[in-house]
Amino acid sequence: MEFAGQTAIVTGVARGFGRAIVRRLARGGARVVAGDINLPGAEETVALVKQDGGDAIAFHLDVSSAQSVQGMVDLALQKYDNRVDILVNNAGIWKLLPTEEISEEEWDRIVNVNLRGPFLTCRAVFPIMKKQGRGHIVNIASVAARNGGTFAGAHYVASKGGVLALTKKLGKDLGKYGIVVNGVNPGPSLTDMTADWPRSVIEGVIKNTPLGRMAEPEDIADAVAFLASDAARFISGETIEVNGGITCD
Amino acid sequence: MEFAGQTAIVTGVARGFGRAIVRRLARGGARVVAGDINLPGAEETVALVKQDGGEATAVHLDVSSAQSVQAMVDLALQKYDNRVDILVNNAGIQILKPIEETTDEEWDRVIGVNMKGPFLTCRAVIPVMRKQGRGHIVNIASVGARNGGTYAGVHYIASKGGVLALTKKLGKELGQYGIVVNGVNPGPSLTDMMADWPRPIIDSIIKNTPLGRMAEPEDIADAVAFLASDAARLISGETIEVNGGLVCD
Repeated sequence: MEFAGQTAIVTGVARGFGRAIVRRLARGGARVVAGDINLPGAEETVALVKQDGGDAIAFHLDVSSAQSVQGMVDLALQKYDNRVDILVNNAGIWKLLPTEEISEEEWDRIVNVNLRGPFLTCRAVFPIMKKQGRGHIVNIASVAARNGGTFAGAHYVASKGGVLALTKKLGKDLGKYGIVVNGVNPGPSLTDMTADWPRSVIEGVIKNTPLGRMAEPEDIADAVAFLASDAARFISGETIEVNGGITCD
Repeated sequence: MEFAGQTAIVTGVARGFGRAIVRRLARGGARVVAGDINLPGAEETVALVKQDGGEATAVHLDVSSAQSVQAMVDLALQKYDNRVDILVNNAGIQILKPIEETTDEEWDRVIGVNMKGPFLTCRAVIPVMRKQGRGHIVNIASVGARNGGTYAGVHYIASKGGVLALTKKLGKELGQYGIVVNGVNPGPSLTDMMADWPRPIIDSIIKNTPLGRMAEPEDIADAVAFLASDAARLISGETIEVNGGLVCD
């Protein structure tokens, strides 16, 4: 079991990618603190982990709040051996609007969850990982950070570009403490987040994807598990594209 | 065993990265055809695989010759179940020279091995993988393809840039057949290829690498194994940097 004895924190776990990531890490033996603003959704994910024979605990998380993030990290320390080996920043929200219709409030909300969130979680786990001399951080950004997006608002795309750069910056800064920081850029996928995309957009995406399908949550979870594992010990500042070949930047 | 029942071909196996890649795939259950211009070196690698309890066959390979490449592929088909699931293009040579001292012949030789080699091996295995409806190709390029290199000749750097682009092109072209094509860009490492680097260059690389060391062959082999595995099924056209955070492009 690649993650036996390890403690993981995953954000945005009520559905889609986050749920698959929590289940994948738990199947590898990690004990997972699973945070989401949607607590019943997080609890459903934890129930699935327990069915799989794993260990996880749900936490009501507002990832844009430093206090809420600290509460989640404290829970991980207290419940699972006073350590945090893995942090996966997956929480994200999305809204499609033309730029001229994006209000400042909407801009702030999306940037706060998608970009301030990973800053807050990384800041909170850093002292622990530093003390351990070891840690793996994985940030979920988006193919949109490279190509400007297919069907997404400017706030979403900018926030994901910020995450991509944050991964490089933290990779550079934290390597000396034995902490590796990497990312996954999922391609378009049929999660709840993209469920209301028009059929014609979806068909266009599939047609332009060399592997001929959209991403499934398990595709993303397997890439996250690689980066969270010791096999990725010499990779840092890197973001892996998991998009079926649709963008090869 | 992630590669049980699978046949792999690896080029450039007599030392360093290639030797570690062959051993890693064989530990995962793959049966490996291990090609190198240095046959005694390839045979040593195979002997190590057998000590590990794995299965591999050494073959004398001039990767710049279509005929030699075809013979290697034929051997794989004949010896290991008439299939090729994994191809790892690792063979490479480097000559350190200023451009004004680089001869036409040296240019052709380095490009012939480093870039024409992967073209020839891919061309030879594609019909086999197409028939299977499945295949994983992994090309070893170099961080020099992104940053122009630290201590390498112009032919080496240009050839590795070519490999990086070839990975994207083949990722796009072969996805429709269920074939994924990816790469690994190793950072500087203390393999035999770089054994004659001056000490000040090595010290400065280590100083500038956030993780504080050079790449070990096993670091590269673990990343190759991920890309060769089913966990990378929706990744294509992508090259993963394994360089300790030295270059985050």
